[in-house]
Amino acid sequence: MPLLQLQGVAARYGPTQALHDVSLTVDEGEIVAVLGANGAGKTTTLRAISGTVRRSGDIVFGGRKIARRGPESVARLGVAHVPEGRGTFAELTVRENLRLGAYTRRGRSGDDLERVHALFPWMAERAGQQAGTLSGGEQQMLALGRALMQRPRLVLLDEPSLGLAPLVVAELFKIVRRLNEEEGLSVLLVEQNANLALDTAARAYVLEVGNVALEGESGELRRNESVRRSYLGY
Amino acid sequence: MAEFWQQVVSGLASGGIYASLALAIVLIYRSTRVINFAQGEMGMFATFIAWWLIVEQGWPYWGAFAATLAMAFAGGVLLERVVIRPVENAPVLTVVIVTIGLLIALNGLAFWIWGGESRSFPSAFSTRPIHIGGVAFSIQDFGVIGVSLGAVVLLGLFFRFTKLGLGLRAAALNPNAGRLVGVRVGWMLALGWGLASVLGALSGMMIAPSVFLDPNMMRAVLLYALAAAVLGGLDSPVGAVVGGLMLGVGLNLIGTYVDFVGNELKLPFALVLIAAVLLVKPTGLFGRATVRRV
Repeated sequence: MPLLQLQGVAARYGPTQALHDVSLTVDEGEIVAVLGANGAGKTTTLRAISGTVRRSGDIVFGGRKIARRGPESVARLGVAHVPEGRGTFAELTVRENLRLGAYTRRGRSGDDLERVHALFPWMAERAGQQAGTLSGGEQQMLALGRALMQRPRLVLLDEPSLGLAPLVVAELFKIVRRLNEEEGLSVLLVEQNANLALDTAARAYVLEVGNVALEGESGELRRNESVRRSYLGY
Repeated sequence: MAEFWQQVVSGLASGGIYASLALAIVLIYRSTRVINFAQGEMGMFATFIAWWLIVEQGWPYWGAFAATLAMAFAGGVLLERVVIRPVENAPVLTVVIVTIGLLIALNGLAFWIWGGESRSFPSAFSTRPIHIGGVAFSIQDFGVIGVSLGAVVLLGLFFRFTKLGLGLRAAALNPNAGRLVGVRVGWMLALGWGLASVLGALSGMMIAPSVFLDPNMMRAVLLYALAAAVLGGLDSPVGAVVGGLMLGVGLNLIGTYVDFVGNELKLPFALVLIAAVLLVKPTGLFGRATVRRV
């Protein structure tokens, strides 16, 4: 059974239908990408999973139906959503942001903090700095670090490369890949940069106006004529 | 010089009381952008319960004090769940008007149960003077300062060092991101009301021995607390406390040394001062625009 399964999921913002019929799966230990143009429903797909938009259809995570659960409850099951725009707490310090990641867990979080510090050593050195004063790349790393503090079974990453310098993006994706290879972290990745997404993910789904238009292995999609023209640009 | 120090100490005592109530207002303002105008009446109501326990039921003071704080906490949580929750998503103005309705309802309820006459409220502290360096201070003033500042410090430690305190701050600063890490934002708001209600009860029990207990006793205190909160910056807990203390001491000194002000003109004078501060620094003394890179 897959870790995450969406079956005929629809979602709307007020009168606007953002998702019509989305079905996808993520297996344990897999990185899966969601591609598509602006407004195709990529972000909404992640929000439907984490419960930050009203949705219908079936969503099963780790054997549990979650389509009726609110975001607090989905987070407590082990889904860490790193939203577009990062969702860090600008007024809180780096350390407090990380501590919030472990909010739902009992007991000490020292080990998790050490693990995050090992991945991002600057977070230990600048623990007392206000998150709002970090650079965009640092805030994105902090958001990822906070997600890891949740000890998630699945990370939802929304446009992590948005607005970041290419070197920072490379660094960030290196860390995501490393977490996946070494610790089997499962990731559902929404990414505007289709090349990067297909490099990182094993499989991908292409969304068009709230429906899944195409799905397949990354290599297969790379060779697909329409994907190449629409998203890869060659 | 003796009079100066006496006025400073008694100013700190009343300032501590304004600070507790101002902090209560700031706690709720920070999480919901709503000024809870019923904060003073909630404290008044709790003080009546304390009075009932001590005077009518013969409880020892500190036992009644603790029981009152516990009941105030439960009452605050309950009010949020029952009265505020249903209008949670309404415009801020609607919620503010609901809190004004709550003010009137609690005031009327207290009149109905206990009547309008002034009652003397026992103090935990002796009114005997204590001599320090040849100056006579009242032990009562030191007690009030100790209790209010103690509560403020405890609350500060709670917010800074406990997980629940961090959750409360997260819920207030960014509720959407809070939900994504599993913070139950709705309950955090209720908890905030509970804590604010405890602070209000504390200020009521501290002020009651000097102004006498009646259903209108918190009117002036609420105005001073609002002034203190605005002065310090509605967004800043530290500002609320410093604003309260400054206001208490400042008003006492002005009332003593500026002849034409005296006791009667203290309140308008305070408001003029605050208007002047806000003209120069609209966010209050401690309010600041958060630095944010995007």
